[in-house]
Amino acid sequence: MNTIAILWLRQLKRYFRSRARILGSLGQPILFLIALGFGFGPVYEKAGGGDYIQFLAPGVICMGILFIAIFSGIEIIWDRQFGFLKETLVAPVSRFRIMLGRTLGGATVATVQGIFVFIISVIAGFRPESLLMVPVALLIMFLIALLFTAIGTALACLLEDMQGFQLIMNFLVMPLFFLSGALFPLDTAPTVLSLIARFDPLSYGVDALRATLLGVAHFGLLLDISILCILTLIFLVVGSKLFARIQI
Amino acid sequence: MSFIIEVSNLTKQFGDLTAVNGISFHVEAGEIFAFLGPNGAGKTTTIKMLTTLLKPTSGVITINGFDSQKDQDSVRSSFGIVFQDPSLDDELTAWENLELHGVLYSVPKELRRKRMEELISIVGLADRKNDFVKHFSGGMKRRLEIARGLLHHPKILFLDEPTIGLDPQTRNHLWSYVTDLNAKEGITVFLTTHYMEEADRIANRIAVIDHGKIVALGSSAELKEKTNTANLEDAFLALTGSAIREEEASAVDNMRIMSRAWGRKR
Repeated sequence: MNTIAILWLRQLKRYFRSRARILGSLGQPILFLIALGFGFGPVYEKAGGGDYIQFLAPGVICMGILFIAIFSGIEIIWDRQFGFLKETLVAPVSRFRIMLGRTLGGATVATVQGIFVFIISVIAGFRPESLLMVPVALLIMFLIALLFTAIGTALACLLEDMQGFQLIMNFLVMPLFFLSGALFPLDTAPTVLSLIARFDPLSYGVDALRATLLGVAHFGLLLDISILCILTLIFLVVGSKLFARIQI
Repeated sequence: MSFIIEVSNLTKQFGDLTAVNGISFHVEAGEIFAFLGPNGAGKTTTIKMLTTLLKPTSGVITINGFDSQKDQDSVRSSFGIVFQDPSLDDELTAWENLELHGVLYSVPKELRRKRMEELISIVGLADRKNDFVKHFSGGMKRRLEIARGLLHHPKILFLDEPTIGLDPQTRNHLWSYVTDLNAKEGITVFLTTHYMEEADRIANRIAVIDHGKIVALGSSAELKEKTNTANLEDAFLALTGSAIREEEASAVDNMRIMSRAWGRKR
């Protein structure tokens, strides 16, 4: 087994062993599906938007991925606090491999979380247009997970302690989610809002997922995937540079 | 002859503060070398630089013949370390912690498993190997960390205040194991401690550091003779004064308090 694989495996073990964490992080997406999905559903349909659960589900799946991905990246701060980071930093392994192993692990975990939310959405009434596209959707979910884990990792390298965590939740994660078009259609949104959404990486994730699962897209699948790939590469590079700089 | 650790003109500055101020010393292969000093004297900073966790402001460190800046991975393979604070993954079992270490240090699978079995029974944790580390006591964690630090057969073992918070039984056990290892395998031991009698008993040579400078270096007998004192503790106080030192709480300490407030038990 190589060094990247063992660090990947560690992230998976930590996640699957903490049932409280899995259940806890499913609570929010379920709440969104029920309260918004069923609550706004009739109004949305009356306004001519169609079935709101269909529209909402890809957005909520993205939310599940986003939260776990950012948190997995941020986990470096916990490791720093509880000392485990030192163990990896004195090992004869390049910092890049350490970062890559962790990030891939975090992204895998976030994808699994996304799959859980997907299943819950189906129970709530969500139906993908074509089952053939589901594997493609899974790949896109992994790409989204990788991007936001890389962002979380890069951020964690800049923070010394968890004091900044609330800041990240309120001024990064929440806006990323709410401004992404996960909850409302960008086609009919006010210009300012749809302009802001253009600068939100999650918008392209949500859009790509809608394109594959529902066959409708705002930006178009090709643009979505290109932007997600480019941003992921950028943040992986930035993250590894910042990670290599960590001194304890 | 060449030395296993060679340090020359090592300096570390944090802004205006000079934590380590141009120290030079060397450690011979097979030696037990104690590094003593009051809180905030620069011990931990020095160990961090020796173990490549911290970049020196200036100066040269050679470990096992490798330059600590230019040849980091060779340096890192040369030593094992037991940190002042625990550095195990609490969510993994004892066995998984060892396995992870073995893989990170590229110890081949069969050899790795063999050594893991050996070491875990040497430190008396064989029957607990599949338990999560979060259920371990402080002493058990220490023992596991020592087993882990030795898994890749390092030439040098760094022990940064390894006996802090341990009961006398565990302390004794730990030191007899370390001295045994030193005698049988010729492993070089570099340790820091606040317990003077420990250093007195096991170290071949002792360096006393204060305000970032080495104020004395020699065997315990030499230090006592130099300061004209009867025991090492008095010699230490004679060298470093008896004023109480203060250390600023680090970000890590603040986080520990916060995590306790959040109810996350570790």
